Amino acid sequence: MREAGTSEGFDASRRAFLLKGAAVGGALVIGVGTGHGAAADAGVARDGGAGITQWVVVEPDDTVTVRIARSELGQGSFTGLAQLVCEELECDWRNVRAEYADVNEHMRRDCLWGSMVTGGSRSIRESQEMLRKAGAAARQMLVAAAAARWGVPPVECGASQGVITHAASGRTLTFGAVAAEAARREIPGQVALKGPKDWRLIGSPVPRFDIPDKTTGRQIYAADVRLPGLLHASIVQVPVFGGRLKSADVSAVSGTRGVRKVVVGDDFVAVVADNWWRANRAVRALPVEWDAGEHAAVTSDAIRARLRTGLDAADVPVARRDGEAEAVLASAPMVLEAEYHAPYLAHATLEPQTATALWQDGHLQVWVGTQNGEASIRAAAEEAGLPLERVNVHKLHAGGGFGRRGAHQDYTRQAVRLAMELPGTPVRLQWSREEDIRHDRYRPVESVRLRGALDEAGNWIAWQVRQAEQSILASVRPAAVRGGIDPVGVRAFADNPYDVPNFTNTYAMHDSHVPPGFWRAVAHTHNPYFRECFIDELCRLAGRDPVEFRRPLLAKSPKDLAVLEAAAKAVGWNDAAPEGVHRGIAVADAYGSFTAAAVELSVREERIVDVRRVVVALDCGHVVNPDAVIAQVEGGVAWALGMAMHEEITIRAGHVEQSNFTDYPVLRMHEMTARVEALLVPSGGFWGGVGEPPLAAVPAALCNALFAATGRRVRSLPLKRHGFSFA
Amino acid sequence: MLEMTVNGRPVALDVEPEMPLLWVLRDELGLTGSKYGCGIGVCGACTVHVDGAAVRACVLPASEVAGRSVTTIEALAADDLHPIQKAWIALQVPQCGYCQSGMIMSVAALLASTPQPSDDQIDEALGNICRCGTYVRVRRAIHALAAESKK
Repeated sequence: MREAGTSEGFDASRRAFLLKGAAVGGALVIGVGTGHGAAADAGVARDGGAGITQWVVVEPDDTVTVRIARSELGQGSFTGLAQLVCEELECDWRNVRAEYADVNEHMRRDCLWGSMVTGGSRSIRESQEMLRKAGAAARQMLVAAAAARWGVPPVECGASQGVITHAASGRTLTFGAVAAEAARREIPGQVALKGPKDWRLIGSPVPRFDIPDKTTGRQIYAADVRLPGLLHASIVQVPVFGGRLKSADVSAVSGTRGVRKVVVGDDFVAVVADNWWRANRAVRALPVEWDAGEHAAVTSDAIRARLRTGLDAADVPVARRDGEAEAVLASAPMVLEAEYHAPYLAHATLEPQTATALWQDGHLQVWVGTQNGEASIRAAAEEAGLPLERVNVHKLHAGGGFGRRGAHQDYTRQAVRLAMELPGTPVRLQWSREEDIRHDRYRPVESVRLRGALDEAGNWIAWQVRQAEQSILASVRPAAVRGGIDPVGVRAFADNPYDVPNFTNTYAMHDSHVPPGFWRAVAHTHNPYFRECFIDELCRLAGRDPVEFRRPLLAKSPKDLAVLEAAAKAVGWNDAAPEGVHRGIAVADAYGSFTAAAVELSVREERIVDVRRVVVALDCGHVVNPDAVIAQVEGGVAWALGMAMHEEITIRAGHVEQSNFTDYPVLRMHEMTARVEALLVPSGGFWGGVGEPPLAAVPAALCNALFAATGRRVRSLPLKRHGFSFA
Repeated sequence: MLEMTVNGRPVALDVEPEMPLLWVLRDELGLTGSKYGCGIGVCGACTVHVDGAAVRACVLPASEVAGRSVTTIEALAADDLHPIQKAWIALQVPQCGYCQSGMIMSVAALLASTPQPSDDQIDEALGNICRCGTYVRVRRAIHALAAESKK
């Protein structure tokens, strides 16, 4: 198996502005009716290979290259998306490689590859049908080409493992032998897709394409782009968001060894040098004066106090109302009220934000790890003041994404800005870790007040949820805010699966100057934590078992109930836990999938938490690559545990107080001693996300287990603030 | 001129003595397998071997490496793939992969001194941060390598 999109991805000389015509290397190229760029010239060929649809290139030696629109962030999409195409293509998987679809061509040709957005766990669930159809169309074209050569009806021929066979005569041809002819054929308007029982690649744990190079140091990330004459840049941005640069004493570093250029922006200074360490040393030494602006006195406490006013405010928008929760709460025999809170969080991708740009001969090229190729190219073009046609973005596998590298292309813009000042010289901008932590787009703060009512028998008859949070969409896509409500912010409440007759979800938006962003699982990082811990509190009040309590409430949400039952069964919920071991459980659906988590832990000295076991049951409908899904569960558990225990961004004097992994710790090896059990329970019939859902239920299950162990109900994160640490 | 051996080859460099080894490797010698993650020696993405010991290259001044022998991820394997790399592929350890060069170099140093490490010894030796959370598979792969070496 070979893999591309790595070393090729930064080969400027070969790929840049090779505006491929319809016929290259002797093969005409054809598009497929997948809803995008369906014209007869939509295919994209390249030297020596025949482009059969824009998705598939077949070489004479039978090598099959699948074009991938979405980005590889470590979640396995590069491989999983190719599996979807090849399931229908019927090629030999051992001959398959993958490469990124060209961003410039994608933009010029009306989003030829659909969408390049890689967030919201959507790569597979939103493109699976298009990709399977593309594979089927390409196979039909290959079979038709072979049939035409033999002069037999295509229906008498079949394809398997990259070989087309005419059964009656026993003749065979390989895909490579007929690829050029296939590429000239009409694209089938209709294709039949296999049913799940016939799938061989979908559901198979094939090894990921990107892994070998990630073990040898050969993987080229944006940080590793090396071009002739490359210079390196480091940046320092105004610490207080919204502030401005007042003055910079450029002369102080201009004679420093290796320094080639100092660029002074409205809110940053950057130094370009022949070595990143020299650039970074100079930019840190550069005397600057900032105008912190109007937010210079803001603190985390002040932001939280404003959220509190949102909890008490009258006349806030209603996201959902069923029945009469307020009236029922007023007269119910048992009522519980609780407030929860979650802080700002940083993405802290291990590869800090990095982009390389080259402005040369009227064209701009950018090399970047991105979750959103369209956003990257638009940002680059806008920053440079160029039409999209004169810009290209070369996507590289990202050193982590988690939402940081999608809508927010600040680092891409900065790299372009620097490159435009140095025509003909490629400039690689890499943020220091300090800049990365201090200039993130943060998972926003949220406070909630929950009120629940039980009847005499302990049944849950009413609840009210008041959310007070900073909205992401108000900042990123204001048009998506509806009636004062951020539809992403109310997820896991407004769309909760519980059948409670009286329910009101109200929402108070309180934005701050701290820029918010999408952070792996977004609202499902905190809303399920609030909700599922509160339900655990209700169970205690009612004297009911947490699984038994939820069962009737989830009767109308059978997939949620099924994963809850699966997790409970796997952890042995109905049997006594071992001596000193305590359990917690929670359920959450997110991004089209259904999950439940059960945690077993012990606590020493009231505060040292030894997580023994984490079971995550996941129903994502169809599983494309089970091993990659299990890896996402394992990683999601680590992500959730680290978030719950450690992670918190605080604001003082308007700026982020944290700056590196010393004061923004993330989960470490010695804290990941739990046995993680990924329980895949795919029920079929739908395609759910996988990159984010597995972590959604874990924080609540952890905190519910902590309550079982200690009697302490933790209503705000991180746990370290309550004196807890991992063993 | 600063002289050292990098991946078996002698090199002579005209760099500031305080330049950390990481930037000698990445920006002077073009060996980009070792990564920058924190710059303060806490994340481990820059881990290389100096005279066989795992060190954080981002905080080790080049002057302290004078006359010594550096091995990076690019030269870990004598030929095709090192057994650790084979185990990493077999168990599909990496996700984004950015930490894995440093992780693998840390593991190589650990296994060279402690071929059968306990979980506590693994925890002690591997301070490397993996933001994707591949710790479960890293541990599994180390135990698989230990079991293999016992045979």
